[in-house]
Amino acid sequence: MNELNYITNDYSVKSWLLTKDHKRIALMYLIAITFFFFLGGMAALLMRLELLTPQADVVQAETYNKLFTLHGITMVFFFLIPGIPAVLGNFLLPLMLGARDLAFPRLNLTSFYLYVAGALFALSAAILGGVDTGWTFYTPYSSTYSNTHVITMAVGIFITGFSSILTGLNFIVTTHKMRAPGLTWFRLPLFVWAHYATSFIILLGTPVIAITLLLVGLERGFHMGIFDPALGGDPLLFQHLFWFYSHPAVYIMILPAMGVISEVIPCFSRKRLFGYRFVAFSSMAIAVLGFLVWGHHMFISGQSIYAGLVFSFLSFLVAIPSAIKVFNWTATLYKGRIYLQTPMLYALGFIGLFTIGGLTGIMLAALGLDAHVHDTYFIIAHFHYIMVGGTIMAYLGGIHFWWPKISGRLYPEFWGKLSAMIVFIGFNLTFFPQFILGYLGMPRRMHVYPPEFQVLNVLSTAGASILGVGYLLPLIYLIWSVFYGRKAGPNPWNATGLEWTTTSPPPTSNFETIPVVTEEAYDYTSRPEIPYV
Amino acid sequence: MWNFPLFPDQASTFAPAVDSLLAFLLVVTAFFSLLIALLILFFAIKYHHKSVADRRGAVDSHLPLELVWTAIPLAIVIVVFLWGARVFYQMKTIPSHALEIFVVGKQWMWKIQHPEGQREINTLHVPMGRPIELTMISEDVIHDFAVPAFRIKQDVLPGRYTKQWFQATKTGEYHLFCNQYCGTLHAQMIGTIIVMTPVDYAHWLSGGDSESTMSSPVTGLTSLVMGGNTLFNKEFNCISCHKHDGTGQGPSLQGLFGRKVELEGGGFVTVDEGYIRESILQPNAKIVKGYKPVMPTYQGQLQETDITQLLAYIESLKGSP
Repeated sequence: MNELNYITNDYSVKSWLLTKDHKRIALMYLIAITFFFFLGGMAALLMRLELLTPQADVVQAETYNKLFTLHGITMVFFFLIPGIPAVLGNFLLPLMLGARDLAFPRLNLTSFYLYVAGALFALSAAILGGVDTGWTFYTPYSSTYSNTHVITMAVGIFITGFSSILTGLNFIVTTHKMRAPGLTWFRLPLFVWAHYATSFIILLGTPVIAITLLLVGLERGFHMGIFDPALGGDPLLFQHLFWFYSHPAVYIMILPAMGVISEVIPCFSRKRLFGYRFVAFSSMAIAVLGFLVWGHHMFISGQSIYAGLVFSFLSFLVAIPSAIKVFNWTATLYKGRIYLQTPMLYALGFIGLFTIGGLTGIMLAALGLDAHVHDTYFIIAHFHYIMVGGTIMAYLGGIHFWWPKISGRLYPEFWGKLSAMIVFIGFNLTFFPQFILGYLGMPRRMHVYPPEFQVLNVLSTAGASILGVGYLLPLIYLIWSVFYGRKAGPNPWNATGLEWTTTSPPPTSNFETIPVVTEEAYDYTSRPEIPYV
Repeated sequence: MWNFPLFPDQASTFAPAVDSLLAFLLVVTAFFSLLIALLILFFAIKYHHKSVADRRGAVDSHLPLELVWTAIPLAIVIVVFLWGARVFYQMKTIPSHALEIFVVGKQWMWKIQHPEGQREINTLHVPMGRPIELTMISEDVIHDFAVPAFRIKQDVLPGRYTKQWFQATKTGEYHLFCNQYCGTLHAQMIGTIIVMTPVDYAHWLSGGDSESTMSSPVTGLTSLVMGGNTLFNKEFNCISCHKHDGTGQGPSLQGLFGRKVELEGGGFVTVDEGYIRESILQPNAKIVKGYKPVMPTYQGQLQETDITQLLAYIESLKGSP
C-alpha cells in the first residue's frame, strides 16, 4: 500500500488550491460546509437558549432576528443545498460511473471558488452587522424597510447559486457521457439517479432565485417598483418567484439524501434494493412535480383560493413518490441479512424521521389545516424533520459509509453508533415538542412568547443541547481516525459499486484501468459478509 | 409548572372542523409511522445477520405490491385534499350578514375600527355567536392576523385588502399574533381578542366598559359611515364630481357597491373595497365606460383609516336608488 493516492501524491498548498481532482475538491467542500454547519448550529443554539424563558434575556429582538436569519441562510444555502452533492456527489459520482473525473474538472474547481466567493460575501454581511429579513427575504420588508446588509447577503447567495448551477451541469453531462462500458442507465446506483434528478432541479430552478434576489437589489438600491406596492409593485410576486426556486430547493436537499439511503440499505441488508426502477423513477417524478407545488407556501398569503386548491392537490401528489421510496426501502429489509453498523443506524433513523416529516407535510398540504398551523412552530418542526431528520441523518450516514473510501481509514464503530443514537434522541426531543407548540399557535421568529408555552420550549432546548453533542462527536472521532484509525482496505463493507473496486483512498486517476460492468446494481447475493462487526 | 396546555382552546365555529381534520390525519400519521417503525424493528431483529431466519424466496421487485402501496396513499391523500379544501372554503366564504370590522396593521401594532366608530389598538372586542368579517390592510410591510383559538390566519398586505371571517363560540380572551415576520419588534405585535356575550358587547359599544386604557372606546363617537360622509361631502368635496343624480363629471356612487360595471376600453369590474381603494389612489387605472380620466390622485392625502371611512360611506349608499 505504498502507492500514491489522491491525498499523498502532492502535499503542496498549490496542488490543493489549483487541483482539478474531483476528490480533492470534494474534500475542500467538506471543510467549507462543515464550517457553515457549525456556524448555523451555533446560531440555532443561541436561539434555543433565548427561548428557554418567555422573556428576552440572552439576546434582544434585533439580535434574535439576525440569528434566525443567519441560521436559515447558512444552513439552507451554504450547508444543505451544496451538502451531499458537493461533498459526496463530487467525490463519488465519477467513482461510481467508473470515470477518471467529472466531465469538466476546471468547471468543478470554478464551482468551488464561486461557493467560496459567495460564502465570503455572506460572512461579511454577517460580520458587518447581519441581516434581519429571515432567509425568505419577504418583500417589501427586505426591499424597502430593513436597515441591515440585505444586498451584501443577496450578492453572496446570488454568486453561490452559480456554484450550484455549474455543479448540476457537470453532473448531468458526466452521467450521460462518462459511464463505464456496460454501465447502462438501469445498472446505475440509485445515488447517481438521485443526483441526476437533483441536477435538473438545480439547473432549472437556481437561475430564478438569482433573478429574484437581483430584483430585490434593484428595488432596494434604485427604488424600481417591483415588489413594494408603495412603488407600484406586487409583494406576492416576490413570494411566487422565491418559492418557485425555494420549494424545489427542498428536493435539492432531500433527493441526494434519498440517494445515500438507497446505497446504505442494500449494503447492510446484503440484498438488492427492492423495486429499483420504482425508486429511480420516483426521483424523477419528485423532480418534475416539485416544480408545480410552490404555491402551498402561500395558502394564506392573499393568493386566490382557487390557486390554493390547485397547489394543494399537486402537493398531495408529490407525496406519493416519496411514500413509494419509503415502502421500497422497508421492503428491502425483508429476508435480508441485516447489519446494524453506524451508516445503517443513520439510514433506519432517516426512514423513521422522514416518514414523520412527510406525513406532517400531508397535514400542511391540507388547506384548512394549513390555515391554522402556517408560520407556527408546526412548520418549523415539519421541515426540520425533513431537513435535519432527513438530509442531515443521511449526510452523516453517507459520510460514515464512505469514510473508509475518502480517508482510507475506519472510523471507531462504538463511537459511531453512540453518536447516531445521541443524534436520534436529541433530534426528537428538540423537534417533537415543536409540533405541539405549533398547534397551540406559537408563531415562528419570535424571541418572546406567552408563558404557557415555556415547558415545551424547555424540552426543545434540552434536546438541542443533546443534538449538539451528537454532532460534535463525529467531528472529533472522524478527525482522530484520519491519524489513528484502522486502515480500511479497498472494500471494508464488501459492498457493490465501482467506487469499492479501487484502492482506499483512490489514486488521483481513480482506476488503473477503466472497469467494465457486467452485473446489475446491488448484486449482493454473491457477496461475502461484512468483516467488521 | 406542570399545568400547561397541550391543545388550544376551541373558540370559533372553525375550531371543531379543523380539529376533526387533525384527528383524522393524526390517526393516518400514527398508523403509517408505527407501521414503518415496527416493520423496521421487526425485520432488523428477525433478519439480523446473526439470526437463523428462513431467507428463501426473497424477491427484489413485486409489481402488484408497488401498485398497492401507490394506490392506497393516493386514495388517502385525495380524501384529505377534499376534506381540507372544504374546511378552507368555509373559512374563505364570508356570510352576507357578517359584521364588518376594519383592521389596519402597521409596524408594530394592530389598529381596529368598528363600524360604530370605536377604535382599538391591539385589542378586538367581538360578540359571541355572530359572524365577524375582517377587512384588513397594512400600512407598510406584510403582517398576518392569526388567532389560534379560532384556527384562523390571513396575511395582511400593503396596498390591497384581504379578508377573513369567523364566528366566536366561547367568551374569553384569546391571543392575537402577527404570524408574518415584519421587522424588529415583530414579536411584540401581539394583541388580545375579547369575546363577549351580545349583551356585554352592546354595553361595551355604548362605552360602558373600559378594561384597559389602550382599548377604552372614545366617547362622542362618529361612526365610520358618518366620518366618511364628512370626508366625501365636505372635507374632500368628492360630491362636486360624483353627484348623486349622475350629472357630475364622475359616475354617481349611489347603489354602486357590489355592482359590476363596464370599463372604458372593454372589460368589467365588480365594485368592491379593492376597486374603490384603487380608484381613490390611482383613479386612472380603471375608468368606468363613458367617463374621462380627469380625477386627481389622493395618494398621500388620505390615511388608510380615512379610506376605510370612505369605503364604509360608499358601501352605505348601496341601498339607495
